[in-house]
Amino acid sequence: MSESRPRDTTTRALTLALLVAFVCGLLVSAVAVGLRPLQRANVEAERIAQLQLVLNALSAIGRVQSIDGLEQRMVELASGRFDDSIDATRFNSERAAASSATGTAIPSELDLAGLKRRALHAQVYLVRDAAGRIELIILPVSGRGYQSTLHAWLVMDGDTRTVRALKFYQHGETPGVGARIEEPAWEARWRGLRAFDDAGVLRIGVRAAGSGYSEDAAYQVDGISGATRTTQGVDGMLRFWLGEFGYAALLQRIREEQY
Amino acid sequence: MQDSNWRILTRPLIDDNPLTLQILGICSALAVTTSLDTALLMGLVVVCVLGLGSALVSLMRHQIPHSVRIIVQITVIATLVIVVDQLLQAYAFELSKRLSVFVGLIITNCIVLGRAEGFAMHNGVVASALDGIGNGLGYAFILILVGALREFLGKGSLLNMQILIPTSQGGGFEPLQLMLLPPSAFFIIGGIIWLIRRKRPQQVEEPEFSLRVKDRRAR
Repeated sequence: MSESRPRDTTTRALTLALLVAFVCGLLVSAVAVGLRPLQRANVEAERIAQLQLVLNALSAIGRVQSIDGLEQRMVELASGRFDDSIDATRFNSERAAASSATGTAIPSELDLAGLKRRALHAQVYLVRDAAGRIELIILPVSGRGYQSTLHAWLVMDGDTRTVRALKFYQHGETPGVGARIEEPAWEARWRGLRAFDDAGVLRIGVRAAGSGYSEDAAYQVDGISGATRTTQGVDGMLRFWLGEFGYAALLQRIREEQY
Repeated sequence: MQDSNWRILTRPLIDDNPLTLQILGICSALAVTTSLDTALLMGLVVVCVLGLGSALVSLMRHQIPHSVRIIVQITVIATLVIVVDQLLQAYAFELSKRLSVFVGLIITNCIVLGRAEGFAMHNGVVASALDGIGNGLGYAFILILVGALREFLGKGSLLNMQILIPTSQGGGFEPLQLMLLPPSAFFIIGGIIWLIRRKRPQQVEEPEFSLRVKDRRAR
């Protein structure tokens, strides 16, 4: 680049930079918007596939044949009532949360999951045994991790106190570190864990890796060293969604055998 | 730069390989080589981005003002990478999930910017595209070697087809867990560099420092 360049003026540099930025921006936006429906469909398929995996592992799928055979209900979170006036096929919890008509702000002192807003309703799935009693409650949960929002299926036993499975289906955590939350070995630790003690107090959580014995040990899972922020996000996510601003009202009703 | 197009394309494969000679792009080489299929896809993506990026930068090289050239190059490269990433998320969702952030991080891969700034700014479109593709292939070549070795020794499979049956399934193969962890890629890349430099001693660098004379005598 030795030859002198008369074109190296500030105006020229600015114009060209703006032009390049504009063209590139246009291209990126067009591609992102154009491909979004396909990407959404992929994420949705992944969500269902992960649920299928969970149910396979719990060998519940044999009884309910497939995901379509599950009892799908829309729940009004505040009251825990089923509300079948909502069209489940068109329900999208993130879009619902963002709108003021279908979502609500989460009081900051209760916002353990770091979500700021949540939808008024949630789409849950139920598995019943032969006698019609609820055997499994499948709840979608989400929360802020270290650098992304974590999305998971939380499967509770019909007793509403015991975790039967936790399965992450979408996140953007650091590979090899935070992403280890979706390793089968770590997810398996949640299986059979008691979320509430006998008095009904929520005790579930993630224990910092390497911390000593505590009374809560029976209700907690060891964190992953190196992934403290991510596993603390999981901790907040579960305590939020099982807490009073989450599914507490629904679980209460199921416990009282109203359904 | 009077090299023939064929030399421009093939030189980065071994003689001037971006990974083993220039030691660039190591981060992604550690991350995406746990299996052969991710290594192949990452190699393909880098070939596309490098080839197209170098060609585009070369096409604009007389228009780009010297003072903002790096920013313009980065913008072009970033655009290509984002487009490719979006395409993968739409059409190869499963693989794009496994490559995760490392497709996006191609933007910061020094090979891409290095070729744009070091070659495409001074050379014609065809030569630049070939140089980009050649460097991408050189990168992909090492990735594929490392990926194949890690998947084979770590899982006993290639492209997810089981070749050796692990002991956990009643076979006689004990998978090397270490191969699935990032450090193993360091060892393998180090081994490849050593092999290449044994065959091509001209690649060996002069040591930057040498022992003092009296220390040398003490030994």
